[in-house]
Amino acid sequence: MTKKEDVFRKQVKKVHRLLALLFVLFVIAGGGIISYMVNPNILDFMSKSETVAIAPVEVDEDRIENGIHVRTGLIDAEGLMIVVNNCTNCHSSKLVTQNRMNAERWNATIKWMQETQNLWDLGRNQEVIVNYLVTNYPPKAKGRRAVLTDIDWYELED
Amino acid sequence: MVNQTYNRNILKRRDFVKKGTLGSFAALIGTELVFGSKMLDGYTPLALQEPDPFKLFNKHKDMVVLNDKPWNIEAQAHLLDDKITPNSCMFIRNNGLVPEDIDPKTWTLTIDGESVKNKKTYSLTELKSKFEHHTYQLTLECGGNGRAEFDPPAKGNQWTVGAVHCASWTGVRLRDVLEDAGIKSNAVYIGYHAIDKHLSMDPNKEPISRGCPMNKALQDETLLAFKMNGEDIPLIHGYPLRLVAGGWPASVSGKWINRISIRDKVHDGTKMTGTAYRVPCEPVAPGEKVKDEDMCIIESMPVKSIITYPKTGAIIKKGQSLNIRGHAWAGELEVAKMEYSIDFGSTWKTCDVAKPENRLAWQHFTAKINFPKPGYYEVWARATDANGIAQPMLLPGWNPKGYLNNACHRIAIKVT
Repeated sequence: MTKKEDVFRKQVKKVHRLLALLFVLFVIAGGGIISYMVNPNILDFMSKSETVAIAPVEVDEDRIENGIHVRTGLIDAEGLMIVVNNCTNCHSSKLVTQNRMNAERWNATIKWMQETQNLWDLGRNQEVIVNYLVTNYPPKAKGRRAVLTDIDWYELED
Repeated sequence: MVNQTYNRNILKRRDFVKKGTLGSFAALIGTELVFGSKMLDGYTPLALQEPDPFKLFNKHKDMVVLNDKPWNIEAQAHLLDDKITPNSCMFIRNNGLVPEDIDPKTWTLTIDGESVKNKKTYSLTELKSKFEHHTYQLTLECGGNGRAEFDPPAKGNQWTVGAVHCASWTGVRLRDVLEDAGIKSNAVYIGYHAIDKHLSMDPNKEPISRGCPMNKALQDETLLAFKMNGEDIPLIHGYPLRLVAGGWPASVSGKWINRISIRDKVHDGTKMTGTAYRVPCEPVAPGEKVKDEDMCIIESMPVKSIITYPKTGAIIKKGQSLNIRGHAWAGELEVAKMEYSIDFGSTWKTCDVAKPENRLAWQHFTAKINFPKPGYYEVWARATDANGIAQPMLLPGWNPKGYLNNACHRIAIKVT
């Protein structure tokens, strides 16, 4: 290794350290500004403080409540996370759950997404995904015209 | 009034937050937001983006979110009661991601394609100063409005009744601009291009690039619009430039337009081909498979109407008459007759229907209904177009993508 390279290496290290320091300062300053924005009283040390019980913040972004995957609204059932990981990257899960199809049409839709929408090869997961969809979101027969449902009745004044 | 107050409050609140945060934002990103003060209503830098679409897009709280990536939001019938639809109640249909970095000062529109005589590029200022301005009320309905009712279910966002609006659009005629660039005699179609990004973020893909045949492009009412309801078009509806072609599937009315190609063939952009915005050329049985080459592009939308007052579910007293109102439209045509039925189509009575404000604007209807005895009723509305074609009471012909459901709208009423 030449001396020149050695000197260059040291310089790079220096710059790196400087940048890292700047970054830390930036984060601290930024964080400060944000917390001040959120709570302008943060610098008001003289004010009386109240003790408030703080509930622990839930960090599990894949938590399930009442059988529903909270983040996506998908039903918790076999294959859930494979569906979450493959079907909610480009579009919302709402596009999935709005559509009620049989296995043949889901497979055709997946093929269309692969051909035109940059969806990757799903391998063995494809069967898991399609099973999840047809089991948990099956098509409902609606006939030529459905009965009006979910009517929110109210008194209409003259 | 309620809507307006609601919007004003939201606006005030957002303005306050925006003004307060712009400075801090500049400090955070270490640079000034050059056009910060000119930021649009409904536009927030990505880093500050509101997760609440109602605030983000200034929408009425009763609007229904069908999809949040891409954004697809529809109205309910009672939200469409205004003669000119306000932004707060206009449906949102997006195919890709909403653009974020729009600078009207550097925005340009290019006219190109195989059939342009001279490829030309215009700045927004040039467009606005060089060509005459026109204002029209134009009905825009999503081709898939009503899709939710098809059986077997059709693929796509499950719109019910609220993917339609009639706003007032101001802009220059597309014809004037195309003629300024020069149209070759072999021109067949125009195709638009816009700056929105594909969901996959692939820069080589356009989320949507549709168009229309030359005769539609050259109509008086086909605009390159820069104003909606007298103000800059909200970002979500296509700021700063939107192609507006009333009476046709709203997807022809491309948002965020920066290029229009005059084509010597039917435009072949994204969502022009395959099954998108196409229906079987010949009728098919429900669920039947249709080959791509047997699908035909949707042009004029069919006759349709909606009851916007009262909201479904009204309970009235015996002897009390019910005043209903709503709108009717018929694509390229005018609505010639409007009727209602309270006995599931056994008898029909005529509604008063107004002339359209201009061609391609929806028409307003009213009727006063007396009910013979207490009980459960449905008020069904049926429009008939100038060619004598009426709305069906049942679902019209099934098609693979669930387009063109113009079945009669109805509301539930109880007389006690």
